[in-house]
Amino acid sequence: MKDLALLALDVAKTYGATYADIRIVEKQSESIAIKQGRVEELMTSTNYGFGVRVIADGAWGFAGSFLVEKVEIERIARLAVEIAKASAMIKKENVSLSPAKVVQDTYKSPMEIDPFKVPLEDKLALLSRAEEIVRKTPGVSISSASMNISREKKIFANLEGSYIEQEIIESGASLDAIAIKGNDIQERSYPNSHGGDVATAGFEFIKDLKLEDHAEQIATEAVQLLSAKECPSGEFTVILGGDQLALQIHESCGHPTELDRVLGMEASYAGTSFLTLDKLNKFQYGSPIINITADATIPGALGTFGYDDEGIPAQRFDIVKDGIFVGYLTSRETALVLGQQSNGCMRADGWSRIPLIRMTNVNLLPGNSSLEEMISEVKDGLYLTTNRSWSIDDKRLNFQFATQIGWEIKNGKLGAMVKNANYTGITPDFWRSCDAIAGENEWRVWGLPNCGKGEPTQIAHVAHGTAPARFRNVRVGVGR
Amino acid sequence: MIDKERIREALKTAINYSTADQLEVIASSRNIALTRFSNNYIHQNVAETNMSISIRAVVGKRLGYASTNRLDKDSIENVVDKAIENAVHRPPDLDFVSLPEPKQITERDLIARSTIEYTPKERAADVLKFINIVSPHNLVAAGAFSTGYSTIGVANSLGASAVEVISEAELKAVVMSDTSSAYASAISTSASNIDIERLATIAKETAIAAQNPIELAPGRYTVVLSPDAVADMISFMAFAGFGALSLQEGRSFMKDRFGEKILSPLVSIWDNAFDPNTIGLTFDFEGVPKQKIVFIENGVAKGVCYDSYTANKEGKESTGHALPAPNTYGPLPLNLVMAAGDSSLDDMIKSCERGILVSRFHYTNLEDPIKTILTGMTRDGTFLIEDGEIKTPIKNLRFTQSIIDALSRVELISRDRILKDAILGAVFVPWVKISEFNFTGATQF
Repeated sequence: MKDLALLALDVAKTYGATYADIRIVEKQSESIAIKQGRVEELMTSTNYGFGVRVIADGAWGFAGSFLVEKVEIERIARLAVEIAKASAMIKKENVSLSPAKVVQDTYKSPMEIDPFKVPLEDKLALLSRAEEIVRKTPGVSISSASMNISREKKIFANLEGSYIEQEIIESGASLDAIAIKGNDIQERSYPNSHGGDVATAGFEFIKDLKLEDHAEQIATEAVQLLSAKECPSGEFTVILGGDQLALQIHESCGHPTELDRVLGMEASYAGTSFLTLDKLNKFQYGSPIINITADATIPGALGTFGYDDEGIPAQRFDIVKDGIFVGYLTSRETALVLGQQSNGCMRADGWSRIPLIRMTNVNLLPGNSSLEEMISEVKDGLYLTTNRSWSIDDKRLNFQFATQIGWEIKNGKLGAMVKNANYTGITPDFWRSCDAIAGENEWRVWGLPNCGKGEPTQIAHVAHGTAPARFRNVRVGVGR
Repeated sequence: MIDKERIREALKTAINYSTADQLEVIASSRNIALTRFSNNYIHQNVAETNMSISIRAVVGKRLGYASTNRLDKDSIENVVDKAIENAVHRPPDLDFVSLPEPKQITERDLIARSTIEYTPKERAADVLKFINIVSPHNLVAAGAFSTGYSTIGVANSLGASAVEVISEAELKAVVMSDTSSAYASAISTSASNIDIERLATIAKETAIAAQNPIELAPGRYTVVLSPDAVADMISFMAFAGFGALSLQEGRSFMKDRFGEKILSPLVSIWDNAFDPNTIGLTFDFEGVPKQKIVFIENGVAKGVCYDSYTANKEGKESTGHALPAPNTYGPLPLNLVMAAGDSSLDDMIKSCERGILVSRFHYTNLEDPIKTILTGMTRDGTFLIEDGEIKTPIKNLRFTQSIIDALSRVELISRDRILKDAILGAVFVPWVKISEFNFTGATQF
């Protein structure tokens, strides 16, 4: 395989590339979904191919193909150079890359139990047991459970001499209960909504989720929500559960700190960012207790890897320090704008896509409070958890999230359950209003397997470490 | 077409090799190139060649699935074996009846050879044409121009078989000043139908007109929605309730309301792959010919679309709206059309005492699928209309609004319609004027 990789680089160089890299990627995946007692999906997939990325005449070109064969590799390498030369027809300046160490290495996600070696019957039984408990709970209308596992083997080689082989294993599962009465629809999910939780780990991660043990609770809550009171409208102190905070960080901190977005490279799709270059190291992003890192080294987290898709080692760095915005997610090309070297955030969705700046594991660091203590200090507020829907403007300022469930907080105690809760705000105002974060023992990482970006669209797997946190004067019950 | 015979061969190889009781094969190829630009230069430029084959194997009432993107004989045989193995290891699905019986399909390719053979230099030249129109006005363009083609084939062991090729060209671009932005988009089977000059000129004019927006307090306003915004709304509505699975699971807003007026009598919405204004296959991913399905007729709820599984459950025939198996969404319409009215954009603005012209929605998402509560932002040119004229650009607003309620308050629909790319394929939609649209928040630009 190394021969084919080096061949692509040679051909690209011969035809005029001043930089070239190739990624040869093979992904094997298996997905199982059970709904209402019926196996709705039992799918095994393999996807194999390669992509060649080059700089020629000072501009980028990329081509990829599913045929990993000598003749096709030569054709695709030539095509990538031809495309780069067409890009050079409209360039601002020659593309330059910040320096990177030449790396020859391998990386493999650690795991205890190979999920592909677990018998299908055992996987089906695990999901069925949990799904059955949900289905048999009186009042539940739709019960479902799913499991996704994958193994991605990828080779990266570039003209500078780097050659890296990686093998990333992912395992994840989810459980959902939907209750419907008239035009009232309520949903509860475990361990999280939108695909549950996923990790770079083996089947042990799925076992440890203990879906079965949480089935009765989410089923009961979905049914209870039908008769719960509507979430009130107005300004409240709000405590967000860690699962909801994961998406809050994703949309309002992760995406706006992607340096390609800041530089306008995503303007035509999801937009740009309010965190413009002049704000670096100066802007009060949040209250002084807000510390946010990007950390691609957290063992088992979904955004963890050995090297990014430009061959830069995984690393941890600050994005927000004591409330001040201090760092962007960067690539070799964009880091030069800051006079820096890449911090290793370039990731591609398989062989057929170019790497883009993507979140790794972007985390709100734990504080020194606890959920119990935060609740005890609130006279009149709300505790909201588990995302139901999300939306944010094209500079990442105005956001609105809906949650699956909430509870009133009255005089320091959790009160009545509330349904159809949503909340809205402006990103920096919201984070500046944060006055407490739960501590390390309530902090955990949430895998998020569905982050969309780029044209053609790419889906990235990222994660967010969070603990419940409290925010003052939040507008709740919007449009009700 | 080079790939068409290769796709037929792959379909045949899988069917002939299979030992399953029934077998369904979807084989496809894709050759797409995309030139992406920002800050008035090309910053990404890519091309992709891929094929794939996906198998649904039926053993008794057990269904198993497998897919691969290797199309040599051994790989096809392996993927068939894997699908059968997956079927054998699972419990039976007692509601499964059969894969669909073959029906007459007249294959129709939608291809423009020039688009299939479009070169990187031709795409760059088109992008340059766009940039050259906006850049002299201190405006910055960012967008993507893609060209290419897809070949899709479906066959099953009962005899269904069809293969079609569609070429595609699409331009999407925003044009920005320091204080404003505008959007241009077009989609067609032929790159020659993408009028770069016209799109760039309109976006340029809108970006200039949208400069220095003022703040407007959120509240209920009459809105004039552009086809981009209408396409977004209609797609989410279809996703939430126009498929039989959502109805059977009790989560469709159409539930118990057939024959009832649920929208304004001005509103009719249907799905029709044979409408010359849309782009799509004439068969679905089970190889069933697509039928025209009317969802809403003069405001009245009329029907939903079916695949074979949901149709069998009700003793009906599939309407040809299956997505690739397996999927958890059920059947969905991919060729939506909204009926034209007798108005025009100018008439809508002139008839508006006070309202908002929305060029585009951004990041819309459903908060409640049965009440069809949608939230999202305006983007790329939002304007205040007063006394029948566009008065001033305004900063973007957030809406939180039930789609069903909004479409009950339609006042005018335009004669002109445009094909727009949306979450469910391309949607052919008009401009629409709606009263009391609920804007619930504002942003800073």
